[in-house]
Amino acid sequence: MNEFMEHGQEEQVQLSSEGEQKYNAYVKQVTPVHSLGTQMLKAFVTGGLICCIGQAVLNFAGRMGLDKDMAGAWCSVLLVLLSVVLTGFNIFPGIAKWGGAGALVPITGFANSVAAPAIEYQKEGQVFGIGCKIFTIAGPVILYGIFTSWLLGLAYWVLKLAGVA
Amino acid sequence: MSAETIIGKQSIQFREPPHIVSAASVVGKKESEGPLGRLFDQVEEDPMVGQASWEEAESALQKKAARLAMEKAGPGVPPVRYLFSGDLLGQLIATSFGVIDLKLPLFGLYGACSTIGEALMLGAMTVQGGYSEAVLALTSSHFGSAEKQFRYPLEYGGQRPLSATWTVTGSGAFVLARSGGKARITGATPGKVVDYGLKDSMNMGACMAPAACDTICTHLEDFGRQPSDYDCIVTGDLGSVGQRILLELASERGYDLEGRHQDCGMLIFDPETQDTHAGGSGCACSAVTLAAYLLPKLEKGQWKRILFVPTGALLSTVSYNEGQSVPGIAHAVVIEHC
Repeated sequence: MNEFMEHGQEEQVQLSSEGEQKYNAYVKQVTPVHSLGTQMLKAFVTGGLICCIGQAVLNFAGRMGLDKDMAGAWCSVLLVLLSVVLTGFNIFPGIAKWGGAGALVPITGFANSVAAPAIEYQKEGQVFGIGCKIFTIAGPVILYGIFTSWLLGLAYWVLKLAGVA
Repeated sequence: MSAETIIGKQSIQFREPPHIVSAASVVGKKESEGPLGRLFDQVEEDPMVGQASWEEAESALQKKAARLAMEKAGPGVPPVRYLFSGDLLGQLIATSFGVIDLKLPLFGLYGACSTIGEALMLGAMTVQGGYSEAVLALTSSHFGSAEKQFRYPLEYGGQRPLSATWTVTGSGAFVLARSGGKARITGATPGKVVDYGLKDSMNMGACMAPAACDTICTHLEDFGRQPSDYDCIVTGDLGSVGQRILLELASERGYDLEGRHQDCGMLIFDPETQDTHAGGSGCACSAVTLAAYLLPKLEKGQWKRILFVPTGALLSTVSYNEGQSVPGIAHAVVIEHC
């Protein structure tokens, strides 16, 4: 099973594509991975807690007389602020390490992915450091998020012209 | 002693083996809390080493280790004439800015985490060849600068796979000369680039294991030796995943390394208490382990002969993003008690 090298070519520095596939499969087999069940449970707890905080903000804002949109805006802004502050104090990475996607999928993960490069690249200057590199991690989310919205908008417009929507 | 200098397919046997007359290790706080913690010469509690950036901090570590090694060599050793040094950062900036105050002619090297092996071999060749009476072999790595260059900013939250390794913060330096000291470099086998097509940069042990296997097996064939001729065969930073693969690959080639093999990355950290996953890595990993742990054992005569095999993963963020695999390299250096 684990004979990656072809016969008589014991000192190969590269493998045939078949050998590479075998080696990849072998490495996959011997490399330990995190337990999926435990990870999912931790993500559920972490993500759930973050959403509970968000819901509490929403309810509170609602009780203070804000409409649904304004309450939602306050909820996002406060969660982003919380995440950025925790990133600044180097607490967020610990939460994300434990909670995985539970911490990264909500808006807190997005905020962390913008704040972290801002802190790291600040040493390279306001323009070429923070300016150019602040979106090194979040960039793809922003670009493809906006692009997808544009595509959906286009589809909606076409459907509207056709009288369907 | 054989008069042959060129041995086998790709090895060197030194006719007048250069001596390692002194060694110095400077490490960060996490390394000082590991199993080898008490053995290091200097511990820098401040990850920034009083500097403004990770890169400058790494340079400061190099400067400290180099100065300390030359100090430890003492007045009996001829002055160091050339410097062989390298690091992991783009265009070797940790080295360039770290060694400027030393005012020594520099050979800048890149072998990823195998750099200290390359520096020791080239240094030994320079001394044996009579081109210098004494040289300095030096290298460094820093967790902060390596994470920033190869992965993510430090404050970015994420999960590291269990196969990932932890870059050692530190610097190791060695003064080589014709005489003095209780250990000497008797042979070397420079390694080839070996690529088994793995693309997972978070499993570098598995990427480098084929290169380590190739260098070790070629070395044993070139010298006509068996693993039992060494008290220890020590790789640089294969970690627990890479070690398992190396043992299996070597046994396929007819060499049983079980019980002989150790890995600097597995020696330097305790994965249970230090959350380092598969082990330590980085240029400093093998360099400081050699300086603080392996070399003293040889100098005291507890070990007679070891094969020191630092390993390197030859990737950059560009090669990785462009879909290239992660090739490995390993250099073998024979160090003996004398």
